[in-house]
Amino acid sequence: MENVTKVIQLIPLNYYILLSTLLFSIGVIGVLFRRNAIVIFMCIELMLNAVNLLLAAFSSYRSDPSGQVFVFFIMAVAAAEVAVGLAILTMIYRNTGSVDINFLNKLKW
Amino acid sequence: MTLYLFYFLSFLAILCALMVVVSKNPVHSVLYLILTFFAIAGHYVLLNAQFLAAVHVIVYAGAIMVLFLYVIMMLNLNAETEPQKGKWLRVAATMAGGLLMVVLVGALRSAADTISLPAQDSQIGMIKNLGRVLYKDFMLPFEISSILFLSAMVGAVMLGKKEIK
Repeated sequence: MENVTKVIQLIPLNYYILLSTLLFSIGVIGVLFRRNAIVIFMCIELMLNAVNLLLAAFSSYRSDPSGQVFVFFIMAVAAAEVAVGLAILTMIYRNTGSVDINFLNKLKW
Repeated sequence: MTLYLFYFLSFLAILCALMVVVSKNPVHSVLYLILTFFAIAGHYVLLNAQFLAAVHVIVYAGAIMVLFLYVIMMLNLNAETEPQKGKWLRVAATMAGGLLMVVLVGALRSAADTISLPAQDSQIGMIKNLGRVLYKDFMLPFEISSILFLSAMVGAVMLGKKEIK
């Protein structure tokens, strides 16, 4: 308990904002960089986690538990999203024989 | 000590996140993502959000990543079958992401100075406190999320079925 106030005193909130920004940008780069749909999905999870970390940091620095409850709900929604998303991806694999997103260009203009 | 721990966890998270993006084998990507999640769980412990750290490890490292690993192994994806983008597309992707990062860092550089920080209460991340908030103020969203889970389960089973007659 003593430890925590020390962390918050030692580390400015800016550091957490910077760390979350970096993680979010790496997630964006991953989405643009890869062609494997499952890895793109994992990069989306990375972006969600960057936002979660920032919410938790704000919540701790402002002593407001609502932020942490919000992170809890985001985790619940992410779990449901992953279940449905992976089911869709396995169906795509069954129909096209690969998870390459270049085959999924029907909606491309 | 805590400062070094913060730097170490941040370094680990960013390094593993980069390895997720660059590693050729999807299984390695999953394993690096699990390491990233453990580093983020360490950050939650540093912020004294113990409940969040536990839920994060259980839900993400325990459930979601196992699902990813299972699907990747079921589809038999490996470095040979991995599709790669062209060199210039990858350079363009990195530059676009880097520019986004520059914009975000520039925009949020002085954001923390404008936020007023009230008196600290280190107990807000404890499960007793969070449970009280969750079951009092956020009762309705909590119940609705159960409906979300039910529909997600039904949807996953429907999509996973071989042929819908």
